Amino acid sequence: MNEFAHLLDRLAYEPRRNAKLRLLQDYFTHAPDPERGYALAAMTGGLTFKEAKPAMIRGLVEARVDPVLFGLSHNYVGDLAETTALIWPQESPPPSAGEGASQSEAGEGTEAYLKRAMLPSPDPLRGPPSPAEGGGECAPLLGHNNPPPHIPTLAEVVDTLATTKKSNLPGHIAAWLDALDETERWALLKLITGALRVGVSARLAKTAVGALGGHDADAVEEVWHGLAPPYESLFAWVEGRAERPETLNPAPFRPPMLSHPIDEEADLDKFDPRDFSGEWKWDGIRVQLAGGRDRDGVQVAKIYSRTGEDISHAFPDLAEAITFEGTLDGELLILREERVQSFNVLQQRLNRKAVTGKLLEEFPAHVRAYDLLTAEGEDLRPLPFIERRTRLEGFVGALDHARIDLSPLVPFATWEELAAARADPASVGAGEDADAIEGVMLKSCSSPYLPGRPKGPWWKWKREPHIVDAVMMYAQRGHGKRSSFYSDYTFGCWREAPEGGEELVPVGKAYHGFTDAELAKLDRYVRNNTTKRFGPVREVAYGADSGLVLEIAFEGVQRSTRHKSGVAMRFPRVSRIRWDKPAREADRVEALERILARGEREVAPGESMEASE
Amino acid sequence: MPLSASDLLTLTREGLYCPLGRFHIDPTWPVKRALITHGHADHARSGHGHVLATPETLRIMAVRYGEDFCGTRQEARLGESIRIGDVTVRFAPAGHVLGSAQIAVEKDGLRVVVSGDYKRAPDPTCLPFEVVPCDVFITEATFGLPVFRMPDTSDEVKKLLASVALFPERAHIVGAYALGKAQRVMALLRQAGYDQPIYLHGAMEKLTELYKREGIPLGETPKVAAADRAKLHGAIVLCPPSAIQDLWSRKFPDPVTSFASGWMRVRARARQKGVELPLVISDHSDWPDLCRTIRETGAGEVWVTHGQEDALVHWCGTQGIRARPLHMLGYGDDGEAETPEAAA
Repeated sequence: MNEFAHLLDRLAYEPRRNAKLRLLQDYFTHAPDPERGYALAAMTGGLTFKEAKPAMIRGLVEARVDPVLFGLSHNYVGDLAETTALIWPQESPPPSAGEGASQSEAGEGTEAYLKRAMLPSPDPLRGPPSPAEGGGECAPLLGHNNPPPHIPTLAEVVDTLATTKKSNLPGHIAAWLDALDETERWALLKLITGALRVGVSARLAKTAVGALGGHDADAVEEVWHGLAPPYESLFAWVEGRAERPETLNPAPFRPPMLSHPIDEEADLDKFDPRDFSGEWKWDGIRVQLAGGRDRDGVQVAKIYSRTGEDISHAFPDLAEAITFEGTLDGELLILREERVQSFNVLQQRLNRKAVTGKLLEEFPAHVRAYDLLTAEGEDLRPLPFIERRTRLEGFVGALDHARIDLSPLVPFATWEELAAARADPASVGAGEDADAIEGVMLKSCSSPYLPGRPKGPWWKWKREPHIVDAVMMYAQRGHGKRSSFYSDYTFGCWREAPEGGEELVPVGKAYHGFTDAELAKLDRYVRNNTTKRFGPVREVAYGADSGLVLEIAFEGVQRSTRHKSGVAMRFPRVSRIRWDKPAREADRVEALERILARGEREVAPGESMEASE
Repeated sequence: MPLSASDLLTLTREGLYCPLGRFHIDPTWPVKRALITHGHADHARSGHGHVLATPETLRIMAVRYGEDFCGTRQEARLGESIRIGDVTVRFAPAGHVLGSAQIAVEKDGLRVVVSGDYKRAPDPTCLPFEVVPCDVFITEATFGLPVFRMPDTSDEVKKLLASVALFPERAHIVGAYALGKAQRVMALLRQAGYDQPIYLHGAMEKLTELYKREGIPLGETPKVAAADRAKLHGAIVLCPPSAIQDLWSRKFPDPVTSFASGWMRVRARARQKGVELPLVISDHSDWPDLCRTIRETGAGEVWVTHGQEDALVHWCGTQGIRARPLHMLGYGDDGEAETPEAAA
């Protein structure tokens, strides 16, 4: 528990991805089995405990601490787990003897005392902190008969929580809290209430495990779905002590191949159009359909998100279609009367918690397939794209299921032809589906299917973004490398104010698109033009005669009840800083409303996920 | 009529005032005659007519404000009784920073102790707190909530050294209040066996030199030259708390942001400041020590000043000790008690 607690503690404060990775690797290297496996499970969402509820924890504390003092403390700290961890009573330690002598001798001057006090303590780097930490240290008492407090292992916590009756749980949890130090108590409470919130994604944790043996996260993903906590066979494999674990899952996740955005000016001239195949880039969600038979011959059907999350339960209508043995890569879309619906429609299905019959009927899920990774036990990924494509066409044709169809190729002979298709998909066969197309994909005809994001074989060429000129209204400090810089900007457009006249209302927030040098200038601008401060946020001067105009590029507009303007941009970024442009000449909200009305719906949710990776 | 505590000390606009001795204690405004508990800027201001304080505190004030920080000055020897007007005062160590003292004010067997800021945890850079039995104890309450139980400082320093070992290519920027906390952190690092130079922000240089002159060995503590910042891989750099979020700190190689403060006890406070490596090192009493000290003084009445008064007043009530909050303005030691309330 101790090492895990200190890992979580350190991760919670660490904003940098690479540093998080180092901390994780350090932990996975040193922590023993099965502890590290349960830690991995906790970080990948593999552990849930139904019975340990906040009310139970509050009850435990209030039985031990003056409720008035607990209430004042909870208000101050603002987090139940942390308040509990900090306030939980512990035996008062004996008088401190840590940093130096604690009493001055009679008649001794300050200097004499301090010289004495500065003598090094006997063993400054002594062992791990004593469990009764909190103001002093407990020297081991000779001949004492009290057994030391029992510090549970992670494995013990997991096992107890899974097997103990609800009525007996408070007793167990209280005994643990008595034995643990503050950081451990905090970690335990975060663990059992199911909200670690230390900024580690499942992917990052897997990356760290893979790195122990020089494997990448995709290699871990390949075996992941056949494994269960505490993942001992996984660690044995990455540490080179055992063979790669055989996945028993007949329908495992295969890490997808991802693309890079193309720079049309720099890249296209280098490529020969004959080496590439074109496809539409659909505005849906990237999924993988995996089917296979288990040992008893029962069909297993899985739908995975691009990060390997099993989302089968959310799409039972689509899972039914997985009657095959194989792995399809494609885009999940809502089709009504054979017409692909916009991403806004798809989002209405994604946002529902319960999958009802009505939902299935109104938002029927489909997959438009564009790759075939395995078929009847054969791994097709090493084959060149063009061969996989032939196999895919045969496979989908033979399947003949209304829920699964083929993403058509977009034929072209020159880059100009492809550019024309990208600009107007309807004119080259996309028809009414054109609204759900956000660009074209370029895939090298000869490339195998490579997990991850290899540079070269796959390119995305998205449609031109929308542009508006907006006025900076608020700025917030950034994180990590940008901490201390005002790097997140909320910007607004003009509209008629309810009380007459014109007003600026926020329409979005952007935190990238500028260079470091531009950031330094923007930061200086914010500091010199601050009108109000709200904690980490500053309001800057804005109005008809003051304010900085930012040219914002974005991929689409959605209705939003959270924004005063009623609209929200998708994937906004600063494309230019218009130091020259007067704020009164910035765009109006109506410009965004027109885009909304035109039914422009671009950008897959995958884009924003990519951005945050 | 028998003497009451409010005859000895009362609250005025400038702070605590003793009418019988005609002096203020830690006034926040220039006065004729001031007794100063310690050198932090909110307690020790310049411009008083006459100042009585420990020799160390007087020297700290001279370094901060210049030699002419007051009209006349007088050294208070610890433990020595000094007659002022109709009262007797005595200074006793408070364990807060170098030279810090409590001030006992006494007349006709009635004793009121003004604690100033104090701590009970050991500190290699100053004399330890001494319990002065009294009738009325005026205590600070900076960390007056039971969630504030400060850990052993040597463990906190170990956290810092472990991070330096884990990230040897990154500079570790440690925010620490320039008087007291900074030097305590240096001394703790030396005790833990750290023998590399500890780099200082310019704002800490003078006070650190003063500590060294007072006989506290802090090892090699060069000032960071602007040109060298980018080269300080793996170095420990101390700076005022305000500088950790400043652009100044961004020039170091991939800096790890750390902050040595009792406030680091609460995660959200650390995150608000963008602190990645919080070091819970406080120069104030934590909750158990506040409670213990109140009991040990034997005071029948407690006045609670700056900080979380409510909880401590409530606790005194549960112990049968009369207590009231004393709402004094202007306190809260800058770096450390730049409280979330004040910052928000």
